[in-house]
Formats: sequence, structure tokens, C-alpha cells
Amino acid sequence: MGTSLLGSAPSTATARVSRKRAFSVAFDHVGKAFPSGGQDHHVLHDVDVTARPGEVVAILGPSGCGKSTLLRAAAGLDTASAGRVLIDGTPVSGIDPRCAVAFQEPRLLPWRSVRENVRLGLPSGLSRAEGDAVIDDLLRLVGLTAHAGHRPRAISGGMAQRASLARALARNPGVLLLDEPFGALDALTRLQMQDLLLTVHAAQPTTVLLVTHDVDEALQLADRVVVLGRTGPTAPASISTVLSVPGERPRDRASEVLAELRVQLLGHLGVDAHHPAAR
Amino acid sequence: MTTPLAPAGDAVRTGDAGGAPAPVAAPRRRPLLRAVLGLLLPLVLLVLWHVLSTTGVFSAVQLPAPLTVLEAGADLLSRGELWTHVGISTQRVLTGFLLGAGLGLAAGSFIGLSRWGSALVGPTIGAFRAVPSLAWVPLLLLWIGLGEDSKVTLVAIGAFFPVYTTVSAALQHVDRHLLEAARAFGVHGLRLLTTVQLPAVMPSVISGLRLALAQAWLFLVAAELLGASMGLGFLLTDSQNNGRTDRLLLAIVLLAVLGKLSDALLGVFEKWAVKKWA
Repeated sequence: MGTSLLGSAPSTATARVSRKRAFSVAFDHVGKAFPSGGQDHHVLHDVDVTARPGEVVAILGPSGCGKSTLLRAAAGLDTASAGRVLIDGTPVSGIDPRCAVAFQEPRLLPWRSVRENVRLGLPSGLSRAEGDAVIDDLLRLVGLTAHAGHRPRAISGGMAQRASLARALARNPGVLLLDEPFGALDALTRLQMQDLLLTVHAAQPTTVLLVTHDVDEALQLADRVVVLGRTGPTAPASISTVLSVPGERPRDRASEVLAELRVQLLGHLGVDAHHPAAR
Repeated sequence: MTTPLAPAGDAVRTGDAGGAPAPVAAPRRRPLLRAVLGLLLPLVLLVLWHVLSTTGVFSAVQLPAPLTVLEAGADLLSRGELWTHVGISTQRVLTGFLLGAGLGLAAGSFIGLSRWGSALVGPTIGAFRAVPSLAWVPLLLLWIGLGEDSKVTLVAIGAFFPVYTTVSAALQHVDRHLLEAARAFGVHGLRLLTTVQLPAVMPSVISGLRLALAQAWLFLVAAELLGASMGLGFLLTDSQNNGRTDRLLLAIVLLAVLGKLSDALLGVFEKWAVKKWA
């Protein structure tokens, strides 16, 4: 499956319209607090990390630790209450045209076809013909050409998530923000989507920030894994560790090096890996 | 799988429509049967009407026979008056409906989308809504006069509120996830309204339109009852004054038929729109 996915990788979209951008993303001492009952509820504290252009960074952490909040700050959907987010050296303020987001739910417009949903992602200023060409290429890239005319409710969850990915790519993002994009899919489809993401990244080598709670997903896809964690039940989350993942992608899922890293990461997440070395 | 890229796991889900055949031929599934069933009660009523009027239970002035009413209609038709009444009433309903529904859509969008708008203007519109239709008539006559404008205005008032209410309420409940996704792709303002918000509330808009059309007919009769020289409402008062119960019943039957007919037309549009937007 993985090899056939990679086999058809380089899309002609890259040739026709210049669609290669990759920007750095710097979280500069980012903190976030939500007002709750007169008192501020601190979710994130002093998150300081930079993703290099073209890098795939996984943000890993237990649920409710503010992973998505961090991503939303980069997208401009939320504002940080402390610090700032810089993309390509300039601070994010409001919805940023250099970013594109794919959410945990596909969030497709139910009254539009898959094709027209992808069109929503196109940046302004493209002619109809240019836009059509980009959409055609993206649908081919994510394997939805045959289902371009279907409504979202007529396709499977995995296909809807691929349409959502294509819509994000249509924006030609310098930073691709993925908020647990495969979290709601079944285990097998999730593995296939991970391979597809690698294909996409090869065709359009943008910076990717991937929020996930799946340790294996992080190890399979990321150059670096940022682990968020809390010191106490009410304390805000901050970076507990940053790990570099070795090896070219696609990586051997049975690799021993990755297995060691998995044990380490699970340890950081407070999960017992039941591994002799971890005891 | 058609393309090498498509993972093998996910087959296309076909829509559920037309899947399992219904075990019993329910009327809902057979439009012809449904139409026939719907006509049964009117036929029974017609027969009952005929019996009651011809056997002397009611006098001819109280309840003229169906055939007498039909003759009255033929008589008006031959004088060319019937089409005038029906035509002018339909015209008033349509112009007033379009005007009122259009304004209702605009105001409903504004109130439904803007917190300030809903806080500032919402209660006032609610209070105006509580005014009964007939209460407007003297004021409209005083301000606008006896002409067409005052009648069309009253019909527009009637059509405005159902559209306004349904649209403003529905817009407040559009899926936040969809809105956020569209915003994340740089869609905002008027484009957000036309790409996400209005399509999402389309089914509610159309049920609002149907209510508005029914209200438009109601308000038309109110307008024509008081101060008109043409139209079905005028036919009602004029027949009452001349003791022509046959024409009075004719006007009522015509109102029923026209109201049902226009609602059915909108129903066809609704079916198409629900298929397209829902």
C-alpha cells in the first residue's frame, strides 16, 4: 500500500502553478488562559519551540492539555494570552493566509460536492481554469478523482478526511496545521492516511504541525516530537520534552529504534509501556 | 478501486434513499394514491353541502347549493369580473409576499448574525410582530391612502414576520464547526453568509416562506375587507352587503383553492431545495 501511494507522488500541480512554500513557525513563550468564573484558567504556559521550514513536527500530549489550542494560535483562530506565534518571522494576527488547517472532523459543507469543497480552500486571485487545474491535481493526489462529484455524506469517513486534506492543500499553505486529523478514523484507515500524508508532504514539502495523541503516528510521521505535559492536575501544560526521530520516511513500523522511542514517549505521557528498560 | 491511490478500506457509502423497499404501500410513497385520498374529504363535504342545502335544513339565503355557487361564478366570469377579482388579489399577494419575504430575509440575516443587532432591534421587531393585522389597516389608510400601496404594504407586513423569525433563529444555530472551518480558509463577511450561513439555513428559510405565503393571503383579505373596490376580500364584503351568499361562498372557495395552489407550488420548490441544500 505504502509503495503504491508513493509511486504516483510528484503531482503536476507543482509544475503548473508554483505551489511550494514552507515557512518556519516559532512559538515564542506562548501561554494561554481562558476566563472561567471570574478566574483565569491557565491551559498553556511558556511554550517555546520553533519548527523549521519544511519540517514535520508532531505535538503530542494527553487529551485536554492544550495541543489544539497551540495549533489554533498558529492558525489565528485563537490568540495567545502570553507570548506570540511567528510565521516566517512575522507575528500571526487573525486568520493567517499562510496557514491551512485540517480538523479532526472533516467539516465539509454538506450541500457541496467533494470538488466544490476543495475549491473553498483555493486562495483568491486564481483564475477559474487555474483553480480547476489545482483541484484536479489535488483530487488525484488524495485519490478522490472518481468521487469528485459526490456529496460528503455519500463518502466514507476516510474519504471525507482526504477531501479535507485536499482543501487545506488547495490554499498552498506555507504551514499545514493538522489537528488530530486521523483521530476519528478506524485503525487501518488511519495507517493508510499516514502514508498518504507522507506522499502529500513529498509532493508539497510544506511545514507540518501535527497534533496527535497517537505515539506511533508521531513516530511514523514527524522529524521531531514535542511532548506537552502538566506537572499537576491543575497546572498549565508546557513542553516536557522534544525528541528527534531518526530515519527516512516511510519508516519501518517494526523498527527497534522507534520501539525504544515509543517507550520513552509513553513514559513522558505517564503511561506504563510494560517494557523491561522502562522499569 | 479505481485509482491506485485510493486505500482499499473505504468503499463508497451509497445514500439510503430508495434502499429498502417498503413492505406496505404507505400513502407517503405513492403520490397518486395520496392525491386521491386528499380529495376524499372535500368530496364528502361537497355532498354534505348539497344535501343540507337542497333538503331544506338551511334556507337558500343561509346556504345556497353548490350548483348555485357555481352558477354565480359562471355569471361573474361572463361579466369579466371574476378574473379581475382573482387577478388583482393574486397580484397583491405576490408583490406583497416578495417584498415582505425579501425584507424578512435581510432583517433576519442581520439580526441572526449580529449580536448588537439582535440586542438593539430584536425586541422592537418582536413587539411590532405582536400587533394584529387589522390594527394596521386604519393607520395604513391614513398614511398611504386607499390605493394599491396600502394593500401591498399590509400583505408585505404579513409576509415579513414568518421569514424574519425563522431566518434569524436558524442563523443562530448554524454548525459552529463549519463556520470556523470556512473562516480558517479566509471566508468572512458577506461571502461567509452566502457560502455557509444561508445554504445551511435554506430548509428553514423555505418553511418560513411557506408560512409567509399563508400569512400573505390572510393579510390580503384583511386589507381588502376594509376599503377596496376589487379583489376577493371586496367580493366578500360586497356580497355580504347585497345578501349574495352564493358569491360569498364562491369567494371563500376561491381563497381556499388559490391558497392551497400557491402553497403547493412553493412545496415543489421546497422539495427541490431540500434535495439541493440539505
